[in-house]
Amino acid sequence: MSATRQRPFRRLPYATVALLSAGVLVAGCTSNTPEESGGGGGANEAASANDEPGETVTIGFSAPAADHGWMAGITEAARAEAEKYEDVELVVAEGTNDVSTQISQVETFINDGVDAIVLLPFDGAAMTPVALQAMEAGIPVINVDREFDSPFAARATILGDNYGMGVSAGTYVCEQLGDNPDAVVAEIAGIDSLPLTQDRSQGFADALADCGLNVDNRVAADFTVEGGEEAAANLLQAAPQIDAIWNHDDDQGVGVLAAIQNAGRDEFFMVGGAGSANAMRAIQEGNSVLQATVIYPSTQGADGIALARLVAQDKNLSDVASQEVPRQIVLNAPVVTADNVDQYIDSAFES
Amino acid sequence: MSSSTSGGSTTLTTGTGKSDAGRQRGSGGSFMAGPVGRNLGLVVALVILCAVGIYTAGDRFADVDNILTILRLASVIGVVSIGMTFVIIGGGIDLSVGALVALASVWATTLATQQLAEDVHWIVMVFTALVVGAVAGLVNGVVIAYGKLAAFIATLAMLAAARGLAEIIANRRTQIVRDSDFLAFFSGDVLGVPTLVLIFALVAVAGWVLLNRTTFGRRTFAVGGNAEAARLAGIRVQRHTVKLYVLSGITCGIAAVMIMARTTTGSSTHGGLYELDAIAAVVIGGTLLIGGRGTIVGTVLGVLIFTTLGNVFTLNNLSSSAQAVARGVIIILAVMLQQQLATGGLNFRRRPSSGVSSGGPAVTGSPSGSVSGGTTAEGGPGGTRPTATGTGTGTGKTL
Repeated sequence: MSATRQRPFRRLPYATVALLSAGVLVAGCTSNTPEESGGGGGANEAASANDEPGETVTIGFSAPAADHGWMAGITEAARAEAEKYEDVELVVAEGTNDVSTQISQVETFINDGVDAIVLLPFDGAAMTPVALQAMEAGIPVINVDREFDSPFAARATILGDNYGMGVSAGTYVCEQLGDNPDAVVAEIAGIDSLPLTQDRSQGFADALADCGLNVDNRVAADFTVEGGEEAAANLLQAAPQIDAIWNHDDDQGVGVLAAIQNAGRDEFFMVGGAGSANAMRAIQEGNSVLQATVIYPSTQGADGIALARLVAQDKNLSDVASQEVPRQIVLNAPVVTADNVDQYIDSAFES
Repeated sequence: MSSSTSGGSTTLTTGTGKSDAGRQRGSGGSFMAGPVGRNLGLVVALVILCAVGIYTAGDRFADVDNILTILRLASVIGVVSIGMTFVIIGGGIDLSVGALVALASVWATTLATQQLAEDVHWIVMVFTALVVGAVAGLVNGVVIAYGKLAAFIATLAMLAAARGLAEIIANRRTQIVRDSDFLAFFSGDVLGVPTLVLIFALVAVAGWVLLNRTTFGRRTFAVGGNAEAARLAGIRVQRHTVKLYVLSGITCGIAAVMIMARTTTGSSTHGGLYELDAIAAVVIGGTLLIGGRGTIVGTVLGVLIFTTLGNVFTLNNLSSSAQAVARGVIIILAVMLQQQLATGGLNFRRRPSSGVSSGGPAVTGSPSGSVSGGTTAEGGPGGTRPTATGTGTGTGKTL
């Protein structure tokens, strides 16, 4: 019996050594050095008297974990924006998908007495009480992307337009197919249970209805490349003839394009969503079915930083006649095509 | 994996049909023999699904391209499930498979790896993925076998750590595979059969042979059925456990290569919830979660059922939520149907001798174990088997 106990070690070391040395060999492969210059920080801001350095302000920034290209782009663009102002000191809390962690981050900002807080909540409703607390403590809160429950919880709110994205995509599809009421339109949605997905789909359906079209085939993926590939592979089998596809998200769009290529289909055109640099490069090259994408700006966080600075320094929004920074800004969801891609590609996020 | 233990296996078999060791031995030998009978429930479920598909979607379902699409989508999770089958039969569980797929895919698509692949050959990327999977599996195995941690805990920790490491390496970005030769090879086809499907088929056949025709496979059944008995019978249980997790890790590496080909990317989001998909496929495939019993054929059928389900739902333009509900229902129905068939056959066969062991179909490995054990050891019940299973079992045993 002692023999059986010792034997396990006999050959294991060889396997271990072999595997580990292979591992060491492979370990050199983690490097990802050539980094892209941080996407974001749009180059389209006009110079104004507002850019003059004012008193230095400290801005706290908190956002969900950057587990998705777009969300990574948000934080990156916010940092880049803060870099541009010498009078802004940005404190970035580690991105988290845990509401209680994010609440404690905001509480820390309050205790530290920052001059303004830019908050992209993981869950708008759950973050409302702590945002109210900050406002009561005299710290202006700039709410980004996911809205709070209470209008008193934020000094200013800056939002992307999910319904508008659907409308933009639908309108573009209508322009391309308008004269063909029998055209087959397919939709590849993101995570179906999210309100933002429902808003996008509603906008798309409404815009299509306007020109007498409707969504013939609809599948939902999960914002991942893999999910996009699987959903698209099945969709292409479900619809042997398609005229247009709207895919909600460019991150999953990489997988969607892989599936389309694999199936050897090209009788339709595709419209993307969110506006990743990858998608824009594909539009620029013009050799895939991806013909356009609808932007959901990943520069919202950067806008939040800019607004927070103005609010904290008691400045106005230039180019707007009225005094004070507006309460709410809803960003447009423009369609990017080969014609105007050069204008947008610099502020696109890397997925 | 020497074949020197064949003597040991004979001893076990002749020992007694009722001892634990004899039971595992017996079941190990008989599984390849009667997959049809044992997997009848699954075949019925799959046939029903296909019938629904043909009825509702007609030519769009019964189309060669569509069948290939189903097989292609099944192939990645299928390969993972084969590895999972071994681990579960061996009495363990591997919750880290999805995370390992993500880690291997990311590691194999970093700029450094891709640069190396460009300079040398794309096989470097494949090699990297396999090694990453194997090393992670080795860590799992060593922690479980020698660190005495519960498999559930150890692989749960690996699930978290591997995905975290994948996110760090990838910087949470989607890494595009640039090597067009790699993509051309793996997304191509051989005589009309996609390479991915071929890989799945190869892995499945290799898994079947390994499980049913080698001492490695027999030891796996023995270790999963009763580790102590296996140890007394001279099987190095710890070392064997490590091997099982390394095997699972390697299948994750293979799956990572396949997913890189399928999506043209490596990403830390790959393989999401694979652990649950794989476990579901393995379990509806008739493998006992406590180990000691299971089949490769069942697992393959299980994977095909889930993938076909998704396909049929999409062809009919139904929502993914409805699909999730159907998935749950199918898991329950398939397992119940299987038990029904198993116990039905069992009662029928056992009636003349004794109904004792046939009593608890849902309990553990005992019912099926005793069937096969009985078949081989006593021969009597085997003779009463209605199908050719009995004979198959007999020949399998004498090998």
